[in-house]
Amino acid sequence: MTTQEFKKRWTSFGIGLIWLFILLWPLLGIKPDGLEFIPSLTLWLKLAVAALCVMIVYELNQRGLFEGLKSAGASLKGSTEKLYAATPNWLLVCIGLGLAIAFPAMTGRYGHDVACNVLIYVCLGLGLNIVVGLAGLLDLGYIAFYGVGAYTYALLSIHYGLAFWLCLPISALLAGIAGCIIGYPTLRMRGDYLAIVTLGFGEIVRLILNNWMDLTNGPNGLSDVSRPTVYWPDFSNGFSFELIMVKKVWMFYYVILAIAIVTIICVYRLNYSRIGRAWEAIREDETAAELMGVNTFLLKLLAYAMGAAFAGFAGTFFAARMRFVSPESFTFLESAMVLAMVVLGGMGSIPGVMLGALALIALPEAFRDFELYRMLVFGGVMTTMMLVRPKGLWPAKRVGRRSEEMD
Amino acid sequence: MEYFLQQLINGITLGGVYALIALGYTMVYGIIQLINFAHGEFFAAGGYMGVILISYLAGQGASPVLCIGLGLALTMVYCALLAMAVEKVAYKPLRTSSRLSVLLSALGMSIFLQNGLMLTQGVYDKAYPTEMTAGGFEWGNVVLSYMQIYIFLITGALLIGLNLLVFKTRIGKAMRATAQDKVMSALVGINSSKIISLTFAIGAGLAAAAGIMVGFYYGSVNYSMGFVPGIKAFAAAVLGGIGNITGAMVGGLIIGMVEIFAAGYLSSEYKDVFAFIILIAVLYFRPTGIMGENVDDTRV
Repeated sequence: MTTQEFKKRWTSFGIGLIWLFILLWPLLGIKPDGLEFIPSLTLWLKLAVAALCVMIVYELNQRGLFEGLKSAGASLKGSTEKLYAATPNWLLVCIGLGLAIAFPAMTGRYGHDVACNVLIYVCLGLGLNIVVGLAGLLDLGYIAFYGVGAYTYALLSIHYGLAFWLCLPISALLAGIAGCIIGYPTLRMRGDYLAIVTLGFGEIVRLILNNWMDLTNGPNGLSDVSRPTVYWPDFSNGFSFELIMVKKVWMFYYVILAIAIVTIICVYRLNYSRIGRAWEAIREDETAAELMGVNTFLLKLLAYAMGAAFAGFAGTFFAARMRFVSPESFTFLESAMVLAMVVLGGMGSIPGVMLGALALIALPEAFRDFELYRMLVFGGVMTTMMLVRPKGLWPAKRVGRRSEEMD
Repeated sequence: MEYFLQQLINGITLGGVYALIALGYTMVYGIIQLINFAHGEFFAAGGYMGVILISYLAGQGASPVLCIGLGLALTMVYCALLAMAVEKVAYKPLRTSSRLSVLLSALGMSIFLQNGLMLTQGVYDKAYPTEMTAGGFEWGNVVLSYMQIYIFLITGALLIGLNLLVFKTRIGKAMRATAQDKVMSALVGINSSKIISLTFAIGAGLAAAAGIMVGFYYGSVNYSMGFVPGIKAFAAAVLGGIGNITGAMVGGLIIGMVEIFAAGYLSSEYKDVFAFIILIAVLYFRPTGIMGENVDDTRV
């Protein structure tokens, strides 16, 4: 490293900080009755100190001060990877499953609540993973299908008293049909246009939910959705099964755990089937896939329908869990959140998406005091991830690049 | 008939504002083929900066024309600086990576800016001093308010200015050259990195002007106001043929008219849906837009 590089780095750092102050000051410091400097200066100083710390660590790293730490970390990583590779897969799955089943016994009500949320988002993330991660179709209106599922169950349960378990497949089917309706006109588009059109469709669904007063009760939403029922073993006189309502949060946890496990198995099986491979072929190079005899039209439609169906499952559970649905829960930001999980975790990778959901739902709970900054950090993380690690935390094993992006 | 005339005036007003936002989309897309999701946030930031500056200037006792003129100019400069910073941080390092990465980075930036605005300015609406531009001309039941005249004048001036910049100056020539072929224009000595940065700045400046005018027109601004007009303006840019400056202006006017007439004659609740339906229909039947020419089929 030369002195010139060092100078260049610190000059651009200084310019960046001055630029930041220029952008920050007018927003905080201009009031109708006069100009203020103190509030913007304090905020700017905090940010500047944080940036300086990062810069110093970076500088020390450049000078090789962390070599020892790094090599220790690398050897630790190597040994963990060896251990991970040596452990048979079924053992890992059993440990994971055991922990998931024992979870309610180890934590309180609050923990169950958070776990339910995480699992809902795991289902949503895995569903979107089919569309974005496997088939490579960027969908920004995904939450609409979640809404379709939730409203289907809410309406059927309120007006016709249909049971949760019966509505689960019905909602998935209807969401899948909605997926086909939305997918059909967008099949000719790729990349950017597809993203913006799906976004438009998502907004249309939300506006319909918001304005169709007779059916959806508009912004007030639908309440008194019934809970799921289960047969529960009863030991009071001998042994019999009793039909009870799921009321406790830990019971809900088991319901969503079951749904999540089914989703994971389905997505895993799809991923390694002929269909999954065809989706990956479409993702890597659509034209080449078509030339090789892949029916891109049908498979892309299928990707939409499958993704939407899993969102429908999650939506049904959401309606049963909350006992209330309103258009507020199905905004664009939710779509962006699910997308961020898929991207953060690693597109196309099942453990990655689960990790992403855990990171984006459970971590903010740990920092409850910073609730306000949640979305800010989340937007920042999305950009930063793209800059430093575009493949995600736990990348999928099989990914390539689209041929038209190579140039 | 009077109702129709009134709707026509309102439609042109709104259409002009959409045209201003659409220009930023179309210019950025024309040069680097990126849907700049954060563009709607420049619009919202412009609205906020406008309310801050104009209420400050009014507090200092400046005349309405000075307030609006100076507020507009400073806001445009501010948003141009913001856009250059965003481009430098979130888009420039990704110039060579996949399209999906840049798109997601833009989405992240949009959420970041929107929430940054919320944290610094609060979640409640901020009101514009609309008494500054109250009143207007009346013919029977048709009203042409002073604010609408301001919007016509400012939008017209900005559109003419932009056209002169793009088609008559060296910078404009460099921009057009970069849009056609980045490598070749770099070979003849155009600093394409600077041109891209400048394009972002100009687009954001126009969006900021639109933000001020929307704020004045509706009386208040909100931190989340950038999203829906951003999408509608994108629809306008696509309708006109993305990458085409005249197309963006025409598209903006059409989308504004459609929205106002749909709200007036069909259903005001579903007025936002019409812009999306136009977007989908255009992309489905004529992906190059009304004025677009040869978009190669890998893009669509």
